[in-house]
Order: sequence, then C-alpha cells, then structure tokens
Amino acid sequence: MDGSPDFIAEPMERELVFELPNDLLCIEEAVEFVLARCSTCEEVARKLRLNFRVSLVEALSNAMIYGNGRDPDKRVRLEVTMMTGRVTARVTDQGTGFDPQCIPDPTTPDNLCREGGRGLFLMRKLMDEVHYNDQGNSVTLVLHTAGPESFRGEARA
Amino acid sequence: MAFQVKRGEGDVTVVDVDGQLIVGNRQELKQTVLDELEKGERKFLVDFTHTGYIDSSGLGVLVSLSKKIREQGGELRLSSLNEDLRTLFELTKLDTLFRIADSREEGLENF
Repeated sequence: MDGSPDFIAEPMERELVFELPNDLLCIEEAVEFVLARCSTCEEVARKLRLNFRVSLVEALSNAMIYGNGRDPDKRVRLEVTMMTGRVTARVTDQGTGFDPQCIPDPTTPDNLCREGGRGLFLMRKLMDEVHYNDQGNSVTLVLHTAGPESFRGEARA
Repeated sequence: MAFQVKRGEGDVTVVDVDGQLIVGNRQELKQTVLDELEKGERKFLVDFTHTGYIDSSGLGVLVSLSKKIREQGGELRLSSLNEDLRTLFELTKLDTLFRIADSREEGLENF
C-alpha cells in the first residue's frame, strides 16, 4: 500500500527488515511495530520505551529529513536485530552522507537556544553504541538490555 | 486534535499536548501558539499531563517558541512532565532554559 511501511521480510525469529517511504508520518507506525515485537522483561522495559524508542525515531527522522532531503522518491532501510542482551537497529538512507563529528554539542551556552541539533546528541546519550559507516548515510544503534549497567540516560543525567 | 488551547487563571493561555509532540505535528503547535501571540497573549503554559513522548524536533519547537515569546515580553512555562520527558529535558539541559512546574496548578501560580 502506498505511503505505508513495506515490511519486507522476517528472515530470522528476532530480525526485522523494512524499506520505509521517505515520509515522516510513517515513523511512528514503524517504531511501534518494532517495539511491539521486543518481548522483554520489566527491567528493560524503560530502556526500550525511552532509550531505544527516542533514538530510533531520531535516526529515522534524520535519515528522511537530512539524509534523503525530504525527497519522497527515496527510501529509508531499517534493520532491527533482537538478541539476548542487546537490540541493534541500523538505519540507512539514500543520501550522500555526512560527517557526524561536525555536529556541535547542543548543551553549550552558545547552542542551547538553537532549535535544532539535538537528535544525534540524544542518540549518543541514550544508546550504548552509535556507529556511522564511512559514507555517513548509515547509522547503527546498539542498546544493551542486560548486565549490571543501569538505565543509561538516568545514570548520566 | 493534538493541541487544546484553554484560558487558564487570569491571562494565562494553557496549551494541552495530547499524545505526542514530534516532527510530524510540531508545526501545528508552533502555529497554534504564534496565533495566540499575534492576538496579544503573552503568558503561555504548555501542559504535558497527557503527553507520552517528545522528540528532538518537539524540544526544538519549544525552544523556538520560548524565544519568540520572550522577544515580545512574555514567558513560556512547562508543566506536568512525566519521568521520561523530564529525562530528555535534563539530558539536553533544557531544564535550565524553562521554568518547569510539577503540575498545571503550580505552573499557573504567580504567573
């Protein structure tokens, strides 16, 4: 169906792969779909609800707005892998990429009043690992869902 | 409708955010508040009692609105953030930029 996330395959029990239209209105549906399949215990529920959800929304938004330049003819690929102890999401757009090191810290006094620039910052704060490919058009987010480390954002706040 | 505009105590305009404040609806909130600002309103309280989620663009639009309201001699306050939302404000240090009340009633006090 046009305008809806196109669920391509579920090749393994805990792996989901999507090709999303470059439409911001599809983000919520895709994220809710993924979260509904993250069977979890109570202790990691908040990590998924806050850390993973926020980071996934930010990654998809960045891919559609900045990566694909809001081009409705482009797509965003979302690959989610759920394993014991960790959840990984890779978001890939069809843009030329960017240098993630060039994003300034939005919490400095000079940047605090700027409207934008907090998406990547939140991803880095809330996820255990954030990796970009060399081209800068694909980000991999990793959240540890087991182990002694407590809720990451709360611990750092 | 995601945003409900009500008249609070005195001359405070209260905006309820129902559901989410995200990239898909942030412009609606921005326009709603700017319309009230244009009409002469200067005191705004955005209440998040019924809000589950705010993304970075939602945070950004609050920053932008606060700046515009301050430029007109007014103030934008926030109230009733749940634990998750408060964490986002603390991580981004936006809790230092806004006056954030625990409840709507507290937000309306001495406004």
